[in-house]
Amino acid sequence: MTDLTAEQTQALIARLTTLADDDLLLSHRDAEWTGHAPILEEDIALANIAQDELGHAMGWLELRKTLDGSDPDVLAFRRGPEQFCNSALTELPKSDWAFTMVRQYLFDAWEALWQDAAKASPYGPLAQAAALALREKRFHLQHTAIWVERLALGTPESERRTREALNAVWPYALGLFEPLDGERAGIDAGLLPDPTQVKARWLPLVTTHFERCGMTPPNAEPVARGTHTEHLAPLLTEFQDVNRQYAEVTVW
Amino acid sequence: MVSTFPTESAVWDALVHVTDPEIPVVNIVEMGMVRGVEIVGGRATVRFTPTFSGCPALHVIRQDIERAVAPLGFETVSVETVISPPWSTDDITAPARAKLEQYGIAPPDPAGESDPFVTLELSPVSCPRCGSFDTRMTASFGSALCKRMYVCNACKEPFEGMKSV
Repeated sequence: MTDLTAEQTQALIARLTTLADDDLLLSHRDAEWTGHAPILEEDIALANIAQDELGHAMGWLELRKTLDGSDPDVLAFRRGPEQFCNSALTELPKSDWAFTMVRQYLFDAWEALWQDAAKASPYGPLAQAAALALREKRFHLQHTAIWVERLALGTPESERRTREALNAVWPYALGLFEPLDGERAGIDAGLLPDPTQVKARWLPLVTTHFERCGMTPPNAEPVARGTHTEHLAPLLTEFQDVNRQYAEVTVW
Repeated sequence: MVSTFPTESAVWDALVHVTDPEIPVVNIVEMGMVRGVEIVGGRATVRFTPTFSGCPALHVIRQDIERAVAPLGFETVSVETVISPPWSTDDITAPARAKLEQYGIAPPDPAGESDPFVTLELSPVSCPRCGSFDTRMTASFGSALCKRMYVCNACKEPFEGMKSV
């Protein structure tokens, strides 16, 4: 299909921007582990995952560019905190290893299932980009699922930290399924996955995994989309620093 | 007027000299990264498919393609990125798989349909050094996005293996 209505185009732009923003920020948070991870292999793994997330963010922004002609670099490096559409989940500081793994696992499961649903979109460019990203994403999910299990069933200390991380992250993770402003037109037309249906696959998947690890997610209300924390502005200052300092540079 | 521009097969021949910057023993044609070559007048278009979307070697490969094809005498050379169907390790040719193994990288298993959930390796990975199947994965991410780390229990050597995507 080629003909999108104005509302459908706006819906796609809203979702693509959100996906890109979440991937960009998580990439930054993961990259903060470089040189600091508990073992060398994990230093490398987190750097790999950060690189993948960055690649996916680029893919979503390139796709947005075909819809509205926007410049991916400008969107990534020149927007202020109030213009970012990420979930608060991805802007939270990296904290300890258990927090990083629990957050990444819940996010990976959400994004992999969303991408799996988006593969069926009649909007070809989205279906293609989702299929490509999913091939890579599933390696993250495999990796983080094993880490959650290892930490939860490890020592009393790792168990305690994992439980604390789950309690802290859960309301933010639920916020991933909050509908976006203007997205409805895309969902109703079948162009975009319905987050409610993605959640219906996500919830039993992650709950079962945590229960196997002896943990139950808390009862909590989702943190609404659009709610930012005080952590976003400092993150962006660091993330955008080089680009803002050397605005005239086009080739590195 | 007779065209003086090179043929499509000349372009393919040139592309064989473009190696994968991260695995220099294999070239981009045998890795299945070149999806097509089109020549219209003095313009050559190479359709190229990236392996992993976050691969840091992408810019280098695109530049290398232009550098390899431009000297053939086209007016313009353009490299067009194609992401569908997504690149799969199943696209790697048999000779390239043999080269990978010789280089010390275990070639990937058949990828199959992409499901959101990967299970642990279905079939054991063979050690590229001694051929033993008594191997184990030591890290699920390696020195490049496309690789994982293994160790061989028989000859005790660590080695890299390609992920199946």
